[in-house]
Amino acid sequence: MNNRPITEDDLHAYVDDVLEPERRAEVGSYLADHPDVAKRVAGFADQRELLRASLAPIADEPLPPELNLSRIVEGRRRRSPPAWWAIAAMLLLSVGGFGGWVMRGSLEAPSGGLAALAQEAAYSYNVYAPDRIRPVEVRASDTTQLVQWISSRLNRPVKVPDLADSGYRLMGGRLVATQHGPAAMFMYDDDHGSRVVVLTRPMSSADQNAPMTAQSNSGATGFAWADDGIGYSLVGPAPTNSLKAIANEVRRQARAI
Amino acid sequence: MKDMLVQVEPLIPALRRYARALVRNRANADDLVQDCLERAVSRWHQRRDGSVRAWLFTILHNLATDQFRQASSRGRHVPIEEAGEGEFRGAAAQEHRLMYQDVLDKLAKLPGEQRAVLLLVAVEDLSYAEAAKVLNVPIGTVMSRLSRARERLQQELDGVAGAPGNVVTMRRLT
Repeated sequence: MNNRPITEDDLHAYVDDVLEPERRAEVGSYLADHPDVAKRVAGFADQRELLRASLAPIADEPLPPELNLSRIVEGRRRRSPPAWWAIAAMLLLSVGGFGGWVMRGSLEAPSGGLAALAQEAAYSYNVYAPDRIRPVEVRASDTTQLVQWISSRLNRPVKVPDLADSGYRLMGGRLVATQHGPAAMFMYDDDHGSRVVVLTRPMSSADQNAPMTAQSNSGATGFAWADDGIGYSLVGPAPTNSLKAIANEVRRQARAI
Repeated sequence: MKDMLVQVEPLIPALRRYARALVRNRANADDLVQDCLERAVSRWHQRRDGSVRAWLFTILHNLATDQFRQASSRGRHVPIEEAGEGEFRGAAAQEHRLMYQDVLDKLAKLPGEQRAVLLLVAVEDLSYAEAAKVLNVPIGTVMSRLSRARERLQQELDGVAGAPGNVVTMRRLT
């Protein structure tokens, strides 16, 4: 017989039936030798059954319509734009001096909308693409982590576009602050030093759906569009024609989610 | 989203049961569950790996705790409803109903933290580790609260509340 002492925890685990069979048998034989403890344990087991039986009918009640999960998901979808304003406002309050400095230009930009998105993408491109030390915060080797982080901050699943077929390799990405809340930036390199940036964020209210249009901002060129409330902007130095093809590819992949 | 529906939907009845046992009022309990589901939907992508069940109970428990805190600071009185009214017919059922009512009344006398542990472990079948996560306490605390909750409820049921002394409590090893 094992000498491991029977503890109070063992007795509760016995009542809740979560002991390994061997230990359960040890506790069982201990109880057989100690009727006072056995009586106490039996009382616990009885109250457990009594509690379960008392509360069981609640779980069998039909669900009221307001607890219908599909309905809750639908309702949230309809209400989502105001929620994004709230997040954008929070972010504006929380980003400090640098964020404010970066955004000083965009404050003059048309609020919301594709033009603002394109300008934000251009800022990110101008700041991060020339960076030789740390252009991205999370490298492509940690794509899983990057996707989790970005998805949680944007509050929706985000997929990193794969531009390998267009000759661009993913370098990685980062979260960037915009006037309209957090945005995901992904950066790609063609192995000849030419970089392109994809910026994506939920659209605040304007341009929930907008066709792809060419944009030119702060010396960077690119394309921007919005599908189902999510805006995308691709910016790069490449000739406009090839950028357009890459933008089409990004859009095709995003729609395939 | 589909993944979320498949994993969360089957747990809603248990969430209702826990909420009702905590607040004992159908409308208030269902409001809590609705809040919990709204949050679950909006935070689905932020949840870490692990038991969806424990995650949902954590959200619900925190909402209930907040509500208790607000209610007690405002001195608000929440009417207590009888358990499963209208679902017990016949004499035997009536007797059951009274017995069930009695145990729930006695459960309600327990301190909130003991009641929560007992419900999560004994009724909702959460593991001790999951209960510790939901309540944000070490597992040793879960065990000691569980022990005190069972002891206290037993005294209530035996009608010897306030007269401990003949109880053989064993040493806990943590």
